Amino acid sequence: MSGLSASQLTCIKRDRVLFKALSLQVSKGDLLYLRGPNGAGKTSLLRILTGLSLPEEGDVVFDGVSIFSSHSNYTEKLVYLGHKSALNPALSAVENLHFWAAQHRVSIKTANLYEVLDTLGLVGLEEVPVKFLSAGQQRRVALSRLWLKTAELWVLDEPFTALDVEGVSLLEKLFANHCAAGGMIITTSHQALSSMAGKYRTYDLEYNL
Amino acid sequence: MWKWLHPYAKTENAYALCNTLLPWFWAGTCAFLSVGIVWGLVFAPQDYQQFESVRIIYIHVPSAMLSMGAYVAMAVAALVGIVWQWRTAFMTMIAIAPVGAVVTFVALFTGAAWGKPMWGTWWIWDARLTSELILLFLYIGIIALYGVFDDKQQAGKAAGVMALVGVVNVPIIHYSVVWWNTLHQGASISKVDKPDVADPMLWPLLICIIGFSFFIAAVSTVRLKSEIVRREMHRPWVQKLAHNNGVTTDAV
Amino acid sequence: MSAFYTGVFKRDLTLAFRQKAELLQPLMFLVLVVSLFPIGVGPAPEILQVIGPGVIWVAAILSSLMGMERLFRDDFHDGSLEQLMLSGMNLNLVVAVKIFVHWLVSAVPLLILSPLLAMFLHMTFDMYIALLMTLLLGTPLISMVGAIAVGLTVGVNRGGVLLALLLIPVFIPLLIFATSAVDSAALQLPYLSQLAIIAAMLLLAVAFSPFAITYSLKVSQN
Repeated sequence: MSGLSASQLTCIKRDRVLFKALSLQVSKGDLLYLRGPNGAGKTSLLRILTGLSLPEEGDVVFDGVSIFSSHSNYTEKLVYLGHKSALNPALSAVENLHFWAAQHRVSIKTANLYEVLDTLGLVGLEEVPVKFLSAGQQRRVALSRLWLKTAELWVLDEPFTALDVEGVSLLEKLFANHCAAGGMIITTSHQALSSMAGKYRTYDLEYNL
Repeated sequence: MWKWLHPYAKTENAYALCNTLLPWFWAGTCAFLSVGIVWGLVFAPQDYQQFESVRIIYIHVPSAMLSMGAYVAMAVAALVGIVWQWRTAFMTMIAIAPVGAVVTFVALFTGAAWGKPMWGTWWIWDARLTSELILLFLYIGIIALYGVFDDKQQAGKAAGVMALVGVVNVPIIHYSVVWWNTLHQGASISKVDKPDVADPMLWPLLICIIGFSFFIAAVSTVRLKSEIVRREMHRPWVQKLAHNNGVTTDAV
Repeated sequence: MSAFYTGVFKRDLTLAFRQKAELLQPLMFLVLVVSLFPIGVGPAPEILQVIGPGVIWVAAILSSLMGMERLFRDDFHDGSLEQLMLSGMNLNLVVAVKIFVHWLVSAVPLLILSPLLAMFLHMTFDMYIALLMTLLLGTPLISMVGAIAVGLTVGVNRGGVLLALLLIPVFIPLLIFATSAVDSAALQLPYLSQLAIIAAMLLLAVAFSPFAITYSLKVSQN
């Protein structure tokens, strides 16, 4: 079975059961829009789907191999963008991305880095320490990873935060292209996705007391 | 071989086990401690050198031994929790921790109090007392680390790591302190040897050790029960238990 | 290989050089603490020489505890640690490289300052050589074992004192053997056995601490 498949996931945080026996399946070309109120466990679920957190019970399988096993090459095919931008404020956008690309074994020439940052509307800000960029600009730098690493699956936690209208439509168009090319996306957002993002499925998480 | 232990990963079964064991622990405590303490403090002979003050060994030695025993028990619980992810293992670990810390303090206090008639001073940096003091610091560190996390399962794992780091270090610390002590022996301070325990003293001592073991087990079990109930308050079995005991639980 | 070299080693080194002010603080603390003792205890050289090894080692441990937090703190708080954990690199090696860079930028300056400190406390040349040996072997041990507790407390608010509370008992054997080595050197006695024991503890740490540190980081990620 290809794609990402989560089965019977149970997550307990602070002795509270966030969700129990949750299963979901994401296949090629899918855009899964995860919805739910604050505190429902969306971020916890995403972190389990990336392998950053261990579920209390259940398993997550990607292309037939459990992501928690040692012979999984899941991380090569994944880009995860969480709430935090993963940008060190003392380094510039180019430096941050250069180091990140080295860590993820993404071979990229500096010229390409500048091109991508250009696409994201950050001309002239590439070499400034990230702490001088606005929240929206920092979000754009963080998002540029989606352009830099070729990955099948994108797991994105509220990627639209702090983005202006142009940024939102840029990202949504990227979603549509990625899924059309056979990629998979799991994302959360507090604003509804527009039709520019292409076809998507929703999954609702409820708040359990 | 350890299959019989597996049900106790579930808090409900662990709670039932605590209830089964507790009466035996208290019975053992009363039986052994009443015999041992009375025998030791009243009937056992006095030491020809130390006279009556030697009687403190009936409290000092058990508490010193059990302070280390409790630490090892805590470390074993931590290991089980980390390897098998059992919630009950971490609960056991934190149930034992403060009990072990208090026992260590008792060992220190009685050891120091013993020092006054022996060496004329309230505190001495001899190898054993210094090791006990460091053990107390290790206990306090673990309890402090556990307390700092909101998510108690996460707290258990973090404190568990420190418990394991500590348990590896306890022998290293002990031997290095013994070695340090031999280096720094002042001429005026004679090395305090563990008194060669003669038979009439040995029996009450052993009985006290067993009695104190039961006591620590009993207190830890009581703490474990309350830890289980506190953390699992939302579960139906706890609600039923509270209801049966006439307690209303409001959602926290 | 380039992943570790560029992605971790070069990155951490670049960051360290951008945060020179932060790196200087533990060193200043070290010099200040050592300077306090002659002021508090009196300038008599004989007394200072006797307490010197202990003072320098205690100050070294305390100063290391101050500087240790930066090992994972920034990466944890800005999300870079998550990306590292998802990069596919072997975390044990990542952690080892990070600690190595940390040691280069925190302990090497300490080693460079050590002759000054030895001079402040009237240590003889033989004592200083022993001190240097113990620092060379002991500072990596402090970094590696310390990183375990740093990994556990990285998400904790104001975890600095807690870090000290957790680590000081664990560093006591190192303190005992290091000061004993310098004391032996003062009496012109051999101190190879003390160095050997510190080296043994260091090897134990090198063998086991990467796994413990990786686990600690995962616990903090929860």
